[in-house]
Amino acid sequence: MKILVPLKRVADPDNANKVKISPDGKKVTSEGLEWKLNPFDEYAVEAALRITENKTNNARLGEVVVVCLGPADAKQQVTQALAMGADRGILIDAADETLDATVVVDTLEKVVAEEKPDLVLAGKQVVDGDSNQVAQMLAVRLGWPQATFAAHLSLPKELNKALVTREVDGGVAKLEVTFPAVISVDLRIVAPDAVKNGNTPDSEKYPEGPRYPSLRGIMQAKKKPLAAKKLADYGVTPAPRLEYLKFEPPPQRKAGAKVPDVETLVAKLKNEARVI
Amino acid sequence: MANVLVIAELFEGKVRKGSLSAITFAQQAAPMVGGGYDILVAGTGAKAAAASMTGYGAESVLVADLPDYVAEVYAPVVAGAGKGYKIVCATATTFGKDLMPQVAEHLKAGMASDVVKVVQEGGPTYVRPMYAGNVLAHVKVKTPIQVVTVRQTEFEAAAPGGGASPVKDAPAAPATAAAARVKVAGFEKVVSARPELTDARVIVSGGRGLKSGENFKIIEALADLLHGAVGATRAAVDAGFAPNDLQVGQTGKIVAPQLYIAVGLSGALQHLAGMKGSKVIVAINKDPEAPIFSVADYGLVADLFQAVPALTEQIKKVL
Ligand SMILES: Cc1cc2nc3c(=O)[nH]c(=O)nc-3n(C[C@H](O)[C@H](O)[C@H](O)COP(=O)(O)OP(=O)(O)OC[C@H]3O[C@@H](n4cnc5c(N)ncnc54)[C@H](O)[C@@H]3O)c2cc1C
Ligand SMILES: Nc1ncnc2c1ncn2[C@@H]1O[C@H](COP(=O)(O)O)[C@@H](O)[C@H]1O
Repeated sequence: MKILVPLKRVADPDNANKVKISPDGKKVTSEGLEWKLNPFDEYAVEAALRITENKTNNARLGEVVVVCLGPADAKQQVTQALAMGADRGILIDAADETLDATVVVDTLEKVVAEEKPDLVLAGKQVVDGDSNQVAQMLAVRLGWPQATFAAHLSLPKELNKALVTREVDGGVAKLEVTFPAVISVDLRIVAPDAVKNGNTPDSEKYPEGPRYPSLRGIMQAKKKPLAAKKLADYGVTPAPRLEYLKFEPPPQRKAGAKVPDVETLVAKLKNEARVI
Repeated sequence: MANVLVIAELFEGKVRKGSLSAITFAQQAAPMVGGGYDILVAGTGAKAAAASMTGYGAESVLVADLPDYVAEVYAPVVAGAGKGYKIVCATATTFGKDLMPQVAEHLKAGMASDVVKVVQEGGPTYVRPMYAGNVLAHVKVKTPIQVVTVRQTEFEAAAPGGGASPVKDAPAAPATAAAARVKVAGFEKVVSARPELTDARVIVSGGRGLKSGENFKIIEALADLLHGAVGATRAAVDAGFAPNDLQVGQTGKIVAPQLYIAVGLSGALQHLAGMKGSKVIVAINKDPEAPIFSVADYGLVADLFQAVPALTEQIKKVL
C-alpha cells in the first residue's frame, strides 16, 4: 500500500494577521514570519502514518511519499514530514506566486502516474490561499473517486478501501471509496480515534494531534531519499487559470469600548445598538 | 440570453436558503457578462423543488433529478448543463465546496472560491479573502467559462420577485467511471430546534473557557432567550463540549449575525475569520488582553459563570 501526501509550506498561520501587502498591492509578503507546514497537510501526514502502521508493534504496513511544489527552502517542511515518519520526499521547484490549483494538479497528475499510489491523501485547503480545490480537481483528472473533508477513516485489514466520515452542513455523511482514490482531510482527522486501519486494534488511541518528530526521527530524516525536481521534469509549463490583479487589506473593525457591568451592557445593546 | 448558471442545492427535497445568495451574486454578475441567468436545481426531488425557484427572475429553471449526492454523479451533470454559460456559480456550502472544483475541472475552467464581492472591470473581477480573511485578493478567471463559489454571508438572500421562469429538463450526463468505486454509506442528520448558524440573527458562541459540555447550558439559555443559535470554537468542539457542526471559523461556519456574543473564547485569528463580519460583537472574557476584545463593540471583562447568567436575567427584564 502506498500513500502520496501532497503538501505545501505556508506563512505561520497563527500570525496570518501579520502578513503585509506590498505598496503597489501586487504581492503579499510574509517577512518576519516563520514558514510552517500547512496544518491540514501536517494532519494528512499524520493520518497517512496511522493508516500505514500497526501501532501495537510499530510494523509498517505501507509506504508514505510526500510531494511539495515550492521553492528550495521548502525542503525544511518536506524534511519535517520525513522526520514525522514519511518514507520519501519529492520537492518540485516552483515559486509560490506561480501556483494556482491548475498548476498543482497538472504536476500531481504526473507524479501520480510515476508513483502509482493507492491513495492520494491531501489537506482540505491551504491556509494561505484558502482555495480548497486541489483534491477535487485531481480526482477528476485521475478519474478516481473522492472523499473530501474526512474527519474519520476506517479501513479494512487489506487497506484497499476506506469508509470516510465527512463533516458536512446539516450532519455527518459517510462514503465508502475503493482505492485508488483521493481523500482530503479536515481538522478532526487527528483526534485520538480518528483513523482505524484494521491492523491496529480499534481500542488503541493516539495522542491528540499530529505527532512531533522524535530526535531519532529527525536523525533518520536526514538519510531518507528526497528527490529535487523541476516542473520541466514532469513536462509542466505553468498555465494558471487565475490571474491575481491586486491585494488589499480587509476593512478593519474598530475595537469598541469596555462596559463596566451587565446592566450597562444590556442598556447599550437595547438603546445604542438596538439588537435586542 | 442567460450567461450565468446558478446551482441550487437541495437538502431533504427543498432548496437550501444558502442558494439564494448565489442567485443574488448572479443578479450582480450577469450584466457584467451581458445577459441574464438560469437556475439549475440538481438533486433528489428536484422536479418537485423546481417550482420554488420559478419566481426568482431566472430565464429558465433547469431540473436534474438525481440520486443521493456524490460528486462523481453530480459533477458531470452540472458541467454538462454549464457548458454554454460564461459563469457557473454556487454558494460555498460544503456541497458547493465539494462539487464545484470538480465541475471546474470537467469544464477546464478556472475557479474563484468563496467570493465576497464582484466588480465590473472589463468583465467581472472577483474579490476573495485569503490568509484567514487578512488579505482580500482581486482575481480574474482567464478561462472561457468561470466557476465561482460565493460566501453566503456576503450576498443577501435573493427575494422572490414574481414572474414565472419556464422549467426545463437539464441535459442528462453519464456518471464518471469513478462512480462505481464510491458508495453512500449513510447520513446522520444533526437535529436542533435552534436556527442554523448561517441564518441566525443572534449567535452565542462558547469557547474553552466554558470548561465542560454541561456548562454550555449557560450559553444555550441565553441563545434560546434571544431565539439565537449556539456556536463554538474549535477548542470547545475538540474537547467535546459542543458538536462539530457548531464550529465557527476559518474551517467551520462563516457567520454574520446581527449580534454575536463571544463567551470564554480568546479570539484566535482562525475564529475571527468566521465571525468578524457580524454587525455587533459582544465579548465576555476574564482576560482583559484577550484578542477578541480587539473586534468587540462591547467588551465585558468578567467571569463568564457569573456574567452570562446575570446577562440572561437582565435581558429577560428588558425584553
Ligand atoms: C488549521 C487550523 C484551523 C482552525 N480553524 C478554527 C476554526 O474554524 N474555528 C476556531 O474557533 N478555531 C480554529 N482553530 C483553532 C484556533 O487556533 C484556536 O486554537 C481556538 O479558536 C481557541 O479556542 P478558544 O478561544 O475556545 O480557546 P482558548 O484560546 O484557550 O481561549 C479560552 C478563553 O476563555 C477565557 N476564559 C477562561 N475561563 C473563563 C471564565 N471563567 N470566564 C471568562 N473567560 C474565561 C480565557 O481568558 C481565554 O481567553 C484552527 C486552528 C488551526 C491550526
Ligand atoms: N504547492 C503545493 N504542493 C503540494 N501540494 C499542494 C500544493 N498546494 C496545494 N496542495 C495540496 O492540495 C491541498 C488543497 O489545497 P488548495 O486546494 O490549494 O486549498 C493542500 O492541503 C495540499 O495537500
